[in-house]
Amino acid sequence: MTVDGLIRWLSGLSGTGEQAWMLLLAALITGIPLFLVLATNAIVAVYVERKVSAFMQDRVGPMGQGAGLHAGKWGLLQTVADALKLLLKEDIIPSAADKKLFIAAPFIIFLAPFLAFSAVPFNQTLEMVDLNIGIFYILAMGSFGVIGLILAGWASDNKWSLYGAMRSAAQIVSYEIPAGLSIISVIMLTGTLSMQGIIEAQTGTRWGFLPNWMVFNNPFSLLAFVVYFISSVAEVNRTPFDIPEAESELVAGFHTEYSGMRWALFFLSEYANMLIVTAVAAIVFLGGWTSPIPGWFSTAGWGLFWFLFKVGFLILVMMWFRWTFPRLRVDQLMNVCWKVLLPLAMLNIFGVGLWALVVG
Amino acid sequence: MTDLAFWIMVALTLGSALVVVLNKNLIYSAVALLFTLIGIAGLYIFLWADFLAGVQVAIYIGGILVLILFGIMLTHKIISVDISHTSIQRTVGTFLALLLIAFLAWVVVRTPWLTSPAIEPQGTVTAIGRSLMTDYLLPFEVASVLLLGALIGAAMLSRRDS
Repeated sequence: MTVDGLIRWLSGLSGTGEQAWMLLLAALITGIPLFLVLATNAIVAVYVERKVSAFMQDRVGPMGQGAGLHAGKWGLLQTVADALKLLLKEDIIPSAADKKLFIAAPFIIFLAPFLAFSAVPFNQTLEMVDLNIGIFYILAMGSFGVIGLILAGWASDNKWSLYGAMRSAAQIVSYEIPAGLSIISVIMLTGTLSMQGIIEAQTGTRWGFLPNWMVFNNPFSLLAFVVYFISSVAEVNRTPFDIPEAESELVAGFHTEYSGMRWALFFLSEYANMLIVTAVAAIVFLGGWTSPIPGWFSTAGWGLFWFLFKVGFLILVMMWFRWTFPRLRVDQLMNVCWKVLLPLAMLNIFGVGLWALVVG
Repeated sequence: MTDLAFWIMVALTLGSALVVVLNKNLIYSAVALLFTLIGIAGLYIFLWADFLAGVQVAIYIGGILVLILFGIMLTHKIISVDISHTSIQRTVGTFLALLLIAFLAWVVVRTPWLTSPAIEPQGTVTAIGRSLMTDYLLPFEVASVLLLGALIGAAMLSRRDS
């Protein structure tokens, strides 16, 4: 179910060869569900986050109350209410803001996870495109997010926004390096950048009973997974690395001046970014759609289930982090990146190389 | 289909490049540069250079453009200063620009261009990696020493105690 496949199918139907409108139609057919996945993810994740945080703090979280049921059973309608509220809010653009860039910035930020998501395989066949440079493409698309953040902070004409944007950009640019290097240490073993190729390399078993996932491959790739996961939490600006929007220091960081739907777009991209980094972690280190019990439950339907299960679990771990660790200081944040994670990632590349040579 | 996509890419690249040079507002120029760089990445894809297109986005947009925007943002009231494009000596400038265009056109016409086959090559990344590790190992290593030097220099400059 790729764009190429759809175009071939369409040209087969019409019998006129490949036309420009087929590309557009195929892009729409695959792109709209992709957007819906991202939107649904945000709605579900916000609800889960409210509930998870509540349970961790010994509260009940959003609940329906009695016959009036203002948020449904167990507060299931809470996010729907939130979304409606955001849709109906007044759209405020500060008079001092640079209007064009202020409007464009949230869209540029959302572009990053949306473009990256088009290369993610959901199971054996379900994906938009299987690029030769899949994983590199996903990492490269992250760049758009940084540009959007900077523009949002600058266009708001607010010192807190500007500080937030600067911190955020510095943080993302720094943490991209250990994240990228950790992925390189896996690519050294798979020998391909294609997402399906990386997953194919992880099918089968290890020592007869464990799935042949990269985390179990050797001690260095397990360490690489830990380094990647910590860096990816920092890349999506979540606690304990959420100093770009530290409420006690910067009001709300780069999106201080945004309200209503424009703010919701930031929120949507934050959760979409979470989805993309956990999807990359699940594919590169946890075998994507492969089953945890080798040889069992390995049909296409189960493949989709395993992929979503792994992604969901990793998102849950990220929420767990948020309510467990206190926020880092700016200098601590940079120290962790440059003095701990970067040397570890370098060591991983060296170690994986040695492992591949000696153990094989 | 390919032709249409190609001309869209060309229009995007050239149109936004014009905005980069003609716009008086520095930050709009930087934003227009974003689209120029995307357009060039698109042109690389038409040459079957998919890896190069990825590198173009990762380095020029994720690195250099971010650096440019940082520079603009950290400069106090850069918008109110009208330093961008104050044209003096227009006649001489126009003459030189036309001369440059003529020279470039001559180069474009005279160069025997290498044309790549219209079939998609399998695995450009493998070929690039192999040539970097064999035929072009020395330039590769020299470049990495240069980058290491830059890295040490940056760490040196940002030290507080010296």
